[in-house]
Amino acid sequence: MNSKIRNIFLADSTLVPLAAILLGLITGAIFMLAGGFDPIKAYGSLLDKVFGTSYGFGETIRQITPLIFTGLSVAFAFRTGLFNIGAEGQFIMGMLASAYVGISFDLPFIIHAPLAIIIGALAGGLWGAIAGYLKAARGVNEVITTIMLNWTALYFANFILNAFLVPQGKQNSEPVKESAIITIGWLSDMFDNARLHWGTLLALIAAVVFYILLWKTKTGFELRAVGLNPHASEYAGMNVNKNVMNAMFIGGLFAGIGGACETLGVFHYMSIMSAMPGYGMDGIAVALIGGNTPIGVVLGAILFGILSFGASGMKFGAGVPVELIRVVIASVIFFVAAHGIVRYFIKPLLARQKEES
Amino acid sequence: MEQVKTVVEMRGITKRFPGIVANDNINLVVKKGEIHALLGENGAGKSTLMNILFGLYQPEEGEILINEKVVQITNPNVANDLGIGMVHQHFMLVEPFTVTENIILGNEPKKGMKIDIESAAKEVAELSKRYKLMVDPMAKIEDISVGMQQRVEILKTLYRGADILIFDEPTAVLTPQEIHELIEILKNLVKEGKTIILITHKLKEIMAVCDKVTIIRRGRVIDSVTVADTNPDDLAAKMVGREVNFKVDKTLATPKEAILSVDKVTALGNRGVNALNQISFDVRAGEILGIAGVDGNGQSELIEALTGLRKVQEGKILLNGKEITNHTPRVISESGLSHIPEDRHKRGLVLDFSMSENMVLETYFYPEFNKGGFLNYDAIDKHAAKLIEEFDVRTPSIHTPARALSGGNQQKAIIAREVNKDPDLLIAAQPTRGLDVGAIEFIHRRLIEQRDKGKAVLLLSLELDEIMNVSDRIAVIYEGQIVGIVDPKQTTEQELGLMMSGGKTIQGGGNG
Repeated sequence: MNSKIRNIFLADSTLVPLAAILLGLITGAIFMLAGGFDPIKAYGSLLDKVFGTSYGFGETIRQITPLIFTGLSVAFAFRTGLFNIGAEGQFIMGMLASAYVGISFDLPFIIHAPLAIIIGALAGGLWGAIAGYLKAARGVNEVITTIMLNWTALYFANFILNAFLVPQGKQNSEPVKESAIITIGWLSDMFDNARLHWGTLLALIAAVVFYILLWKTKTGFELRAVGLNPHASEYAGMNVNKNVMNAMFIGGLFAGIGGACETLGVFHYMSIMSAMPGYGMDGIAVALIGGNTPIGVVLGAILFGILSFGASGMKFGAGVPVELIRVVIASVIFFVAAHGIVRYFIKPLLARQKEES
Repeated sequence: MEQVKTVVEMRGITKRFPGIVANDNINLVVKKGEIHALLGENGAGKSTLMNILFGLYQPEEGEILINEKVVQITNPNVANDLGIGMVHQHFMLVEPFTVTENIILGNEPKKGMKIDIESAAKEVAELSKRYKLMVDPMAKIEDISVGMQQRVEILKTLYRGADILIFDEPTAVLTPQEIHELIEILKNLVKEGKTIILITHKLKEIMAVCDKVTIIRRGRVIDSVTVADTNPDDLAAKMVGREVNFKVDKTLATPKEAILSVDKVTALGNRGVNALNQISFDVRAGEILGIAGVDGNGQSELIEALTGLRKVQEGKILLNGKEITNHTPRVISESGLSHIPEDRHKRGLVLDFSMSENMVLETYFYPEFNKGGFLNYDAIDKHAAKLIEEFDVRTPSIHTPARALSGGNQQKAIIAREVNKDPDLLIAAQPTRGLDVGAIEFIHRRLIEQRDKGKAVLLLSLELDEIMNVSDRIAVIYEGQIVGIVDPKQTTEQELGLMMSGGKTIQGGGNG
């Protein structure tokens, strides 16, 4: 039993990301030292910010939730051989659609909130499917189209907000109706008014759905086959184009739900945006660190959530600029991508493991 | 008499990979000026041994002597400096670059800041002339044939001053004509004082060109003999470890009604010109129709048109009397057609899928494997286990990714899957390409078994021997048309060769 647990932690797929994270933190520390800051104090206050108060802990969970969704979105497309840079745009479309449903409709909670989430999901899914369609029908590279669709989504959302949802002269839309809000009141109270909502549970369910869909169903079999070898899939009678569209649609659904939960669970309104929310781009990194597996994505999102929420603690506690946490995050990504370097660092550990077995 | 110098000596080489010993105490002695063959089945350890000699792998035990001096070959650059060059099976060339640019890549002669391409081209031209390679130094790689590309690889090693040339399965990608030319080139190289090590599993080539042969089986040297003192049967037995039957045993075919009718089919090739020109032929139940031809005469396009992977412009394809022209691959497959694709890595398998998943690649949606959209992996695994046992596919487990299997076992797995669909028509495209004698024997037996069960079999192959041995009728394809159908017992290689090059047409043969 003991050795079984050890095997899990010493497996290459676990060890490499862990070592990458460590190396990323060390690199960040070197930068802090170069800037004349105390890295131990900085990381200490980062952790203190996250785990020190119940509010901070709750807000970290709030931060983690959208990253799980966008991470799943990117990872899902990747499993089908597609590089979805468009989780950002799909996320925005989810925010927008759910805000629209939340503001404009008047329904009982049991219908209103789910409906708003479903519409948000569909909006994200369809936004992804546009890129899927262009790839399938016209052969346009999805990297290009998803990046362009991110900007399209940003300005389209701002246009809709300005035209229909935001009162003249304001920056924020009307709040969504009470019946569409998915904040969990009693839990938020427990965490000192941190904005906790049902979306976190949905995110974990989404990770399970991700797994079942890809590895247990007929659809998943096709999606994975197309991702790994489109020629063999075509030979085997699968419709490659249809699967490309499906993959982008489902990936978009994940991001769309993420956006919907952000509107309905956290802000309860939507603002005119001057920049993208950034969850979609971080989702790419989350998927990468998580090795495009659902558990990996959840863990990667937790790491990102802690680092990015705790960053402001570093500022207060040790005077380290918030931007420095981006150096840490970038280093972690670098070391995950360059796993050859990481393997070099952990070689002694792996060698010992081999000898014992 | 002066003793011939030993240029390469490998002593007690042992190399282990996780789970297997690829090389187990191997000794190899190569004398100057000889063509030395390394013979062995796929996975026997020949390539590993040569990769050690070329510095790509480090052995765990043993030592290497070059020109009777002990050396440490830690990487390919060291090998280069020692005069060892390797011509890989898969060429390492930059397609849009010219021949000269490819040859000097990584070793560019400079004139001031500029690359001195003129003098390099001149040197390449001289080398090409000296070894009778006839390569145009200024041609682009993407414009020249595969055979020419291989010569560029040879030139690359010569340009870097190699005296010992290692060839890894050099004939696997060549047409019969090109093989013939390569053999001449090898002889020229030896005449000019080079030493050649040839990795191969083709006995014919060894008999034609080699002086010595070292046989490797499961990582061990079985024997090292002079080619003049041996014969193909003996070599095959040593390679496989048992007697091998070269003659394909089969009874006379009893063909019945036509299963596949191809009627005046025209289809475009990848370059937008007609690859198939009104091609017509039938395949009947209970016969194997072999299609012979030089590579690039429409064979690949024909298979793709038949299986729904390529659009047909004109004409009709009937399977069991029902039209399948331009239907989807799924519909055609479900109408009773199975297809062993010519490129098993590209089409035949999803290499990162488990064997179990690969065995249901075309049938995963059947009710026995799929209930309401969810796959029944127990049933899939059971199905795979059954097929793998029945067709003797050697795999550590049904959950092993297809990538980890040897070529022969991958091919066996594909054949298991395709035959198991119980098709009316089995299309086998180059089913034995790159396989060893044992696997070839197995595959031929399975094809004949299908025929004897009353199925129609369409065999496409570039190996004339295979076509002659296995087919009941031979159709020769030339420029996208059938130029004649002959009886293998009444024809000769010469006649087929003539037809394959467009020199002879048998009128009215098209409908056999």
